[in-house]
Amino acid sequence: MSDVASRGGFGVTTFRHARWTALPGWLRQAASVGAILCMMLAVWSIAATLVNPAPDDPEPGWLPANWWNDRPVLPSPPQVLIATWNGLFGYPVSSPRSLIYHAVVTLDAALTGFALAIAVGIALATAIVHSKLLDRGLLPWVIVSQSIPVLATAPMIVVVLGHAGFSGLLPKAVISASLAFFPVTIGMCKGLRAAGSAQMELLRTYNASRAQVFWKLRWPASIPYLFPSLKVALALSITGAIVGELPTGATAGLGARLLIASYNGLMLLMWATLIVASLLAGLSVGVLTLIERALPRFRASQ
Amino acid sequence: MTGAVRQQALAGTMAVLAGIAALALLSNAATVALALAAICAAGGCFALAGLAEDEGRAAVVLTPALFAALVLFLWEVLTRGFDIPMILLPAPSAIGSAFWDTLPDLKLDVQQTVLYAAIPGFLAGTILGFLAGVAVDRSPFLQQGLLPLSNFASVIPIVGVAPIMIMWFGFDWQSKAAVVVLITFFPAFVNMVAGLQQASKIERDLMTSYAATYWQTMWKLRLPAALPFLFAALKINASLALIGAIVAEFFGTPVHGIGFRISAEIGHLALDRVWAAILVAALVGSISYALLAMAERAATFWHPSQLTGRSRPKS
Repeated sequence: MSDVASRGGFGVTTFRHARWTALPGWLRQAASVGAILCMMLAVWSIAATLVNPAPDDPEPGWLPANWWNDRPVLPSPPQVLIATWNGLFGYPVSSPRSLIYHAVVTLDAALTGFALAIAVGIALATAIVHSKLLDRGLLPWVIVSQSIPVLATAPMIVVVLGHAGFSGLLPKAVISASLAFFPVTIGMCKGLRAAGSAQMELLRTYNASRAQVFWKLRWPASIPYLFPSLKVALALSITGAIVGELPTGATAGLGARLLIASYNGLMLLMWATLIVASLLAGLSVGVLTLIERALPRFRASQ
Repeated sequence: MTGAVRQQALAGTMAVLAGIAALALLSNAATVALALAAICAAGGCFALAGLAEDEGRAAVVLTPALFAALVLFLWEVLTRGFDIPMILLPAPSAIGSAFWDTLPDLKLDVQQTVLYAAIPGFLAGTILGFLAGVAVDRSPFLQQGLLPLSNFASVIPIVGVAPIMIMWFGFDWQSKAAVVVLITFFPAFVNMVAGLQQASKIERDLMTSYAATYWQTMWKLRLPAALPFLFAALKINASLALIGAIVAEFFGTPVHGIGFRISAEIGHLALDRVWAAILVAALVGSISYALLAMAERAATFWHPSQLTGRSRPKS
């Protein structure tokens, strides 16, 4: 009662209606996500109708004529949908006009960087929890570096590695990794210390070596901390790979596609590329979430 | 060893190491410098490991500072000793002098990127996010729908909208600020929604028993209880705003800006200037983070999450 009274009117009384709350949680969630997406679509459609000039030779049809402007200010929903669909499926996958081709190039670099970040992050966290010197001397700097725009170094990494004879995938992967290893390091530092002191002392009474403590207690106890960090790291790797494709005159990858669209003022290509980039990021993190869920025993302590 | 003797021994070791380090920096012969640097590295690690065991307040500050000094020293001596070309890695001294030489340019860059793009965008995006969080507070229906979408937004590379913003708002700072608004909106929104859930049911019941109105409960209970979350959003957004403003400049910009400086000097292969620009960005990032952390401490000193160190009751 008090909850309703203190939170007041509209939301509570309308949507805590008995029939509404009787629906399963996922259905209510889906309904509200759907409603909000519809609202966004409506706002988008109205805005597209208002801001775009009509094309010179309007095609007949039931949609507003300025939805089909070739150089729109704000592309209309069907225009973006068609552009994305064509980009994904309108060309063979090997064609440089296919967005799948570019997405694969970006994903390749991002996943390489992600793997690099996991390796470096876990190694660093392991070193930090075992060495007081690194814990006191290095960890504060790792935390400070969170507030530094690491992505700003992307062009430099590309040029320096290019000068050292590496080009293509590796510089992008290094940029991804340099972004993504922070969350892994921080998360694993917490995770590797998450085992309770009673458990640590028990292992000490068993005269367990450091390696045994690590493999039998610290590592399993850290897994619930690993996955949330990995999700952040994966999203960062994809952003890193895309930004890594900007400064080089790279010809393949979603970032390069975005830059070409930007130079040539191809609004539709920009939108389509952005949507594919978002789908790529969302899908990869989604897959990671599924993997996490498939490991039920690790979730218990979360 | 007693504490005082131990501290004196550590201080003495470090003074000797600093002397050797100075010799290494002054020596012209590369082999001598490298040999001295090796001694410093070994001795420095040993001394720092000793210092790290110390639980005193000074040691907690000194250890990372000296660790950084050791790394910078080794960086300087190794780049000089092995004659590493500047295109791969300039020495810290070269970066320092480039920083000093380009200071007037860097000031204009900070003005363009931070004052015109990052800060206005940060303020607008964060305030809009907070307001949206308060606005959907009364509607669980909207919250349920907006939170998954915001989580999705936290995953996608929003900075990619930069070219669209450039087409809409032009090449100058307005388009960068617009990118920053978009980037900072969602963390602010999500944290406001989560923060407003922090006041416990029993506290809200108390407000109800006082016949407090919705807004009174909001101002006197729920917003203060949300402060740790709001400051978390501010800290996340401070670094996101800087990153967004810099990366958006990679897509095109007028002749100033940190991102412009980085991509332009890369084109001239002036790596020391690139590092100087990155140093500026790092300074701006850490200073803004430090200011926010201080503001947080001042505003939420009463909150359990801030009760650390001396104020914590001894057990």
